[in-house]
Amino acid sequence: MTITELSAALEERARPEGLAWLREASAAVAADPTAIRSRFPMVGRKVGRGTLEEGADPDDVHAWHIDDAARTLLLVAMGEAAEGELAELYRFGDAAERRGLLRALPYLNLGDRAVYLVDDAVRTNDTRLIAAALGPYATEHLPDAAYDQAVLKCVFVGVPITPLDGIPERVTPECSRMLAALVHERVAAGRDVPAEVWTVIDKYPHAEEIAAIEAELDSPFEDRRAAAERALKHRPGARA
Amino acid sequence: MRIFDPHAHMTSRTTDDYEAMAASGVKVLVEPAFWLGQPRTYVGSFIDYFNSLLGWERFRAAQFGIRHHCTIGLNPKEANDDTLRREVIEILPRFLAKDGVVAVGEIGFDSMTPAEDEAFREQLKLAIEFELPVLVHTPHRDKAAGTRRTIELVEESGIEPGMVVIDHNNELTVKDVLESGCWAGFSIYPGTKMDEHRMVRVLEEHGPERIIVNSACDWGVSDPLKVRKTADAMKEAGFDDDVIDQVVWRNPVDFFAQSDRLILDDLDEPDLTATYEGSGVLRGERA
Repeated sequence: MTITELSAALEERARPEGLAWLREASAAVAADPTAIRSRFPMVGRKVGRGTLEEGADPDDVHAWHIDDAARTLLLVAMGEAAEGELAELYRFGDAAERRGLLRALPYLNLGDRAVYLVDDAVRTNDTRLIAAALGPYATEHLPDAAYDQAVLKCVFVGVPITPLDGIPERVTPECSRMLAALVHERVAAGRDVPAEVWTVIDKYPHAEEIAAIEAELDSPFEDRRAAAERALKHRPGARA
Repeated sequence: MRIFDPHAHMTSRTTDDYEAMAASGVKVLVEPAFWLGQPRTYVGSFIDYFNSLLGWERFRAAQFGIRHHCTIGLNPKEANDDTLRREVIEILPRFLAKDGVVAVGEIGFDSMTPAEDEAFREQLKLAIEFELPVLVHTPHRDKAAGTRRTIELVEESGIEPGMVVIDHNNELTVKDVLESGCWAGFSIYPGTKMDEHRMVRVLEEHGPERIIVNSACDWGVSDPLKVRKTADAMKEAGFDDDVIDQVVWRNPVDFFAQSDRLILDDLDEPDLTATYEGSGVLRGERA
């Protein structure tokens, strides 16, 4: 989404009073960057908290919310001065503020200087923050190993990976191997994995790990055989 | 039954507790900032704690369908550390501006020291500045005197008494508190403070106006289901369902709605708007 598209979507969804507040707040933070400290927490109650796309599932961790878009526009309005306020806004931010800030990163001119914020968000167990952190900014700036680990963490905590900006282009063979190993571990426990893992695993199929999953089809334990079948039936061209 | 637990220290509780609370009818709760059983020594520990009340704990509660709000403040026990008192009060404004922060609290007295007095006054000023209600903790020891001193400070501060809930009342403090115009909170504990059967007697004597009950469940011996148990004891004693609903739902909603920061808009509570149309509970944008 370009900043113009974001702005248009917000015009469509937010109420006139909310948009008026945002215009005023944008002018205030452009004139005085420290004004963001009081404006940033107010966005939800002033502009709204619903999904940016009408009818989108509010529990979808990948869905943009009205306050995300409004916070992004506020930060963009600060121009170069935004960078100086980011660390404190994040440190003192509640989950909604942090989510908005993370979503705004690709729209600010930050180079790789905000990677530490993405790292922090991915370390949490808050699925909303993990999803928000892994947008185009992470695709561009996270080191390979960190990106691979982030994808693995998504699958582990239940954040859908298909909507991630960098999937599957951005992953390395190491990510494919780790995900295949996770599938094996889950199957051995009789548990399930989301079907979408195969997109990443089959980008660089790791013969040994995949053979280990397939070997579970012949496990002496019924629950492991059944789990292997369930996991493999989603793999294009698999023998199950 | 719909329950609003206006005082629950969920940071100390397990997911089993969240599950049981949700099953008992708890839909909304408020977690007041308090002390953690041993003194903190850095302002950073408070910042992390406040952030967890606004972030992680809200997320955890949501997993069980419970809407989590919090109050932010410097508790009286730790207010006695001079450096901390200064540093924590200095960072409070950043947190008092946030959505879901529905009061300043817990503030009040522990040992009735001058330092506690100062922290109490300064935070009453912040409450006025940020247009927030106040949640006041009353001391375990010398409670009646502590409660009277609390009422004096509230009166001196100029804050509207209806914006203040004085908590942890018992049979001997409730009259003074209600006469002051403040709200009276009761923490229903196993064994100490107040139990559900004594609470029924208090309600029979004083009526349900401006009275709220909470479980205060924390890291000590406490029971997160005490609000439900109080409602059941009321029912058994012959209170009708509307009065029970007033005590365990409408009263705390009305009190904390004065903050304009309750986030109940997307709560799956179909008759919430019907009951409160125009009363301001759902103020703020609902896009």
